[in-house]
Amino acid sequence: MSALLSEELLSTIGRSSEPHRELVTRRDIRKYAVATSNRQRKYLDGDEAPPMFHVPLFWDVVELDQLSADGVSIDSLLPKFPLEKAMAGGLKIEYHKPVYPGDWLTATRTLTDIYEKQGRSGALIFYEVVMDIHDDDGELVIREKTTRILR
Amino acid sequence: MSGTQATRVTQMQVGDALPEREFKPDNVQSMLYNAVLWNGHRIHFDEPYARDVEGYPGLVIAGPLLGDWLHQCLEEWLGDDGRIASIEYSNRIASYIGETLRSGGTVTRCDTNTGEVEVDVFVRNEADEVITPGVAIVKFHPG
Repeated sequence: MSALLSEELLSTIGRSSEPHRELVTRRDIRKYAVATSNRQRKYLDGDEAPPMFHVPLFWDVVELDQLSADGVSIDSLLPKFPLEKAMAGGLKIEYHKPVYPGDWLTATRTLTDIYEKQGRSGALIFYEVVMDIHDDDGELVIREKTTRILR
Repeated sequence: MSGTQATRVTQMQVGDALPEREFKPDNVQSMLYNAVLWNGHRIHFDEPYARDVEGYPGLVIAGPLLGDWLHQCLEEWLGDDGRIASIEYSNRIASYIGETLRSGGTVTRCDTNTGEVEVDVFVRNEADEVITPGVAIVKFHPG
């Protein structure tokens, strides 16, 4: 039995966000390519989206009064955890298909796991969120798994 | 397999290094990057807040920007000969505006039959610490 994780908390494993559909535009690709100091012409011109373009595409556009004092938006997919200080996390991204301007993509995020581990200076909570991104033909374009650690 | 893509894989050896690249992100780049994301976290643009409230030595460089540089390191090396199939990375050590960072990588496995190559990639800081380690699988196109 976990010390930190209640049955109620663990029961949130498996819940998903509403699908989120967005249009890929040349202008947004260009802004992302410039901001990341990309050097490839096809990205700077917006002819194709660079890898990781899904990060800005699906970042929540929240309203100002929904941001906390530190400027962070609250992720409504996550339950309230008994530990709150976020530590370094990891990402795993699979790229299945290229992305071009004009593509409509739909992302669905699922809370796939919550578990506890004993760290050097106390208990740590790990959680995993998988974001699946499909095109309008229903084909998987990108799958991203984020693992976050709380202490 | 034939053609330049296949030739590159056959001539590749475990231990081969990818070209390195230096990055010196400034306030303007950091602002543009976080604006593109709609990331309002103050640690990236509000220096008094970052120092006094969160206790950082300066403005924090956004984690996914470092992840993007791992991808750029791979893609500039691949050119048109292949693509990134997957990558796994983590942000281990924070970095701050004013630091000079460096991306690079090493081939750790290559399969001449499938054109699949595994590469360890990194972003290092000036102290030569790996701040963002990653492992990628890239696929060279059949020739």
